[in-house]
Amino acid sequence: MLYWSPMLAVVLTILSGMVMFALLDVNPAKAIHTFFVAPVSSLDGIAELFVKATPLVLIAIGLSFGFQANVWNIGAEGQLTIGALASGGLALAFYDVDTPFLLPGMMIAGVLGGMTWAAIPAFLKTRFNTNEILTSLMLTYVALLVLSYLVHGPWKDPEGMNFPESRLFHEAAQLPVILEGTRLHLGGLLALLAVAAGWVVMARHIIGFQIKVIGMAPMAASFAGFKKARIVWLSLMIGGGAAGLAGMIEISGPIGQIIPVISPGYGFTAIIVAFLGRLNPVGCLLAGCLMALTYLGGDNAQIEMNLPNAVTGVFQGMLLFFLLACDVLIRYRLRVVSKKVPEAA
Amino acid sequence: MRKLRYLTSLTGGILAAAMLVASGSALAAEKMKVGFVYVGPIGDHGWSYEHNQGRLAVENAFSDKVKTTYVEKVAEGADAARVIDKLASTGHKLIFTTSFGYMNPTLRVAKKRKNVMFEHATGFKRSNNVSTYSARFYEGRYVVGKIVGKMTKSNIIGYVGSFPIPEVIRGINATFLAARSVNPKVKIKVVWVSSWFDPGKEADAAKTLIDQGADIIMQHTDSPAPVQVAEKRGKWAVGQASDMHAFGPKAQLTAIIDNWSPYYVARTKAVLDGTWKSMDTWGGFKSGMVTLAKYNKAIPADVVALAKQTHQGIINGTIHPFAGPVKDQSGKVRVKAGEKPDDGMLAGMNFYVEGIDGSIPK
Amino acid sequence: MIPEWLVPTILTIITAATPLVFAAVGEAVAEKSGVLNLGVEGMMVIGAFAAFAVGVSSGSAILAILAGAAAGLLMALIFGVLTLYLMSNQVATGLALTIFGLGLSALLGYGFVGKTFGGLPKLDIPGISEIPVIGPIFFGQDFLVYLSVAAVIGVNWFLFKTRSGMLVRAVGENHEAAHSIGYSVTLIRLGAVLFGGAMAGLGGAYLSIVYTPLWVENMTAGRGWIALALVVFASWRPWRAFFGAYLFGGITIIQLHAQGLGIDIASQFLSMLPYLATIVVLVLISRDTTKVQLSAPACLGKNFHASG
Repeated sequence: MLYWSPMLAVVLTILSGMVMFALLDVNPAKAIHTFFVAPVSSLDGIAELFVKATPLVLIAIGLSFGFQANVWNIGAEGQLTIGALASGGLALAFYDVDTPFLLPGMMIAGVLGGMTWAAIPAFLKTRFNTNEILTSLMLTYVALLVLSYLVHGPWKDPEGMNFPESRLFHEAAQLPVILEGTRLHLGGLLALLAVAAGWVVMARHIIGFQIKVIGMAPMAASFAGFKKARIVWLSLMIGGGAAGLAGMIEISGPIGQIIPVISPGYGFTAIIVAFLGRLNPVGCLLAGCLMALTYLGGDNAQIEMNLPNAVTGVFQGMLLFFLLACDVLIRYRLRVVSKKVPEAA
Repeated sequence: MRKLRYLTSLTGGILAAAMLVASGSALAAEKMKVGFVYVGPIGDHGWSYEHNQGRLAVENAFSDKVKTTYVEKVAEGADAARVIDKLASTGHKLIFTTSFGYMNPTLRVAKKRKNVMFEHATGFKRSNNVSTYSARFYEGRYVVGKIVGKMTKSNIIGYVGSFPIPEVIRGINATFLAARSVNPKVKIKVVWVSSWFDPGKEADAAKTLIDQGADIIMQHTDSPAPVQVAEKRGKWAVGQASDMHAFGPKAQLTAIIDNWSPYYVARTKAVLDGTWKSMDTWGGFKSGMVTLAKYNKAIPADVVALAKQTHQGIINGTIHPFAGPVKDQSGKVRVKAGEKPDDGMLAGMNFYVEGIDGSIPK
Repeated sequence: MIPEWLVPTILTIITAATPLVFAAVGEAVAEKSGVLNLGVEGMMVIGAFAAFAVGVSSGSAILAILAGAAAGLLMALIFGVLTLYLMSNQVATGLALTIFGLGLSALLGYGFVGKTFGGLPKLDIPGISEIPVIGPIFFGQDFLVYLSVAAVIGVNWFLFKTRSGMLVRAVGENHEAAHSIGYSVTLIRLGAVLFGGAMAGLGGAYLSIVYTPLWVENMTAGRGWIALALVVFASWRPWRAFFGAYLFGGITIIQLHAQGLGIDIASQFLSMLPYLATIVVLVLISRDTTKVQLSAPACLGKNFHASG
């Protein structure tokens, strides 16, 4: 059952998708092919899939830690933005300085930037017991406005005719491409490393164990002497750091400068990815790729079949509903094995 | 390991299931393919909507020779380059990228796809296979300025701004210069909503301006909400990007309409004829890239005559909205008497002209 | 002497706040029952579309309002079935609901772009609606504004004064206990979720038939998220959500006024104010641990499964 449920979800999505396409007077078989197969039937397509999936996977893994411990950081979008600004600020400050230390420096700045932004909800939560869902969400709006201010003001490209975007980063501040002829950059490898690291910590390390215990059995955790505050900090630092790194990867990889819209909602989409991946790093990798595939499929459907962009949204929504609904099968399975119902939250 | 196995099935399942139904049979058509990339939905009734009207004009003009494709709601970031490249790699010969934020992605793709021709709207970077084009909307604003200067009773023009970029600043200045030339008492109030498109906030801004005494609402945002507010409050409005007559049949004095059709048709023809070259086009009234909607019947005949005369003067070249002397707020001369500004100065305009109150937000 | 701009400004604030009041009060009920539905934006936008489409096609404002509420309710039904019966995760399902709602409304709404709707008539009591200040503000509104106030009063009464309301709160506080004394946690929660959806739909309807009587894609522009924030800001109390919505609307409008008066601050910093204010208030109300525990539903976001 555990094995079949995602399959079932996909089959259901494809079937209802076909009904939808038939209603829209579109050849269903061709539409499904255009959505799911055509985008990844070339090397370029696969590279693009990874480019799109990289920030989603990274953030989702970071968030998974918190979600397992019932720490609800939904402000990854803001943490991504501040991470991008911290690393981008460094790149602009050292504009035209050719040094191999710049990229690592930007990575560190990105991670620290994301962590700083996540530290605010962590501090408010541990010190004043303030709900982190709300503070992290509010801070996302603040971060986006900070970005807007910088890009319309002080960080505007001096030769940019007063348009709101920064200079293009010089070579030393851009992530190298790792697959010649495509846009696949070093960030893709970093995401894979994060999957491995995330898996090790979650499955083998004491921190991962503590996080899981706190999430599933808070009472037991306090008997065992795990400090709740420590876990809150840790969760938000991991989530914020991963989101900040994702921001750095976006601006120094595919974008190459600071622009008013750095992320088309990756911080929010990654929350869905984390749950689709069952809060498991390997699951996040697969779910992130699946999610990315629907975006690529959406482009493709517009180009090849003149389907409006809105179809992608509906289709994504359906796919998510079915995948989430099929959780019930997995849950029943788990119940039989362990006689205990894990709470989703 | 069971968990891992089911997870692998997640993607495997999709591929397998999709293969079953797969029957890709895209017949390579003989028609030339032209691609369009839009930043908004074509249903925004504003910027992207008008670009899509241009695309439809291309389809109509060359229905037997050209096939068009569009991709809407493409974010100006990592996604833009992917979509543009996808169009280039699927046989599109000519690609219009219709938002400023696509400038660097377009250039990046163009470098790789040397056989494809690109047209980028509102940017300033070109290459062998990248042209740029934009419209002199300020010409429209100048004519409108004459009308609103005459029509206002309260002498306050309300202006709903999006972001303080040169394009928007230029429009405010052109409006003000024209309005002042016919009405020395007129003032302009600008409220920035920090968005190109948020009907609710645009409506709030329009209401605020009316509450502060404005009796004419102008806008440099995309939704018809401000026109609707003016209609409801019994004030005047000027439509933006599209004819917004339906939203303010009484209120709309006129509208400044983006008309990309002639340019899109001409550039497509150039590719078909093999005469396409990279160039910069900044079209206005003369080339038909900017047009005005029908004047409201309530505008007195002498004002209509003045507007028409100004319109014609701009086409003939006898009138230039920014003809010297133009001073900025500090009194510094930006365009000398008897001179006309060059396009570079216009393109990067980041000052308010003398007489406008308030300052450009930093 | 009353300044001339005062009344119109207050009227503008009322318009800006009303959709938020609907959505926030509805969500407060859902959350009180222990369900966190992050799909408010999706339900609102579908409500906005349905109300506008029905309004334009039928010409009837009443049908439009009903359609908005019904559409929001149907969206909530999807969410309710998934989270309450199929035990899917609430956070992820809510986000998926938003994606779905934005997509579906855009897909169905394309044909309605460029159309316009007459709006709602305003209350007009001869003699009374003309009284300066008080008249237009209290006796000159449209039906939905009064409905939003009535909803606040009604929900407040229901939650804190009735037995059924107590049950809603009980399943939100301790679903195991409520279940063990024989109440159907799932059914009570479904009711609360559906109510929340209908209210979000009404909020959307207000946007598309009164606030800006037109349809364009994504016209809610993030108001669903603001409503979610207001619920917590209000510590799940309907009246506080009401005042929060007016405060939020007020700050937005005053920010625009300040610009019109030429006050020189980067607009981005002004726009940050409502969000920062929310954080500050949150910190203030959550400092007192016992107070929060009294208002925050203990089971918020946790799925219930009647095991054994």
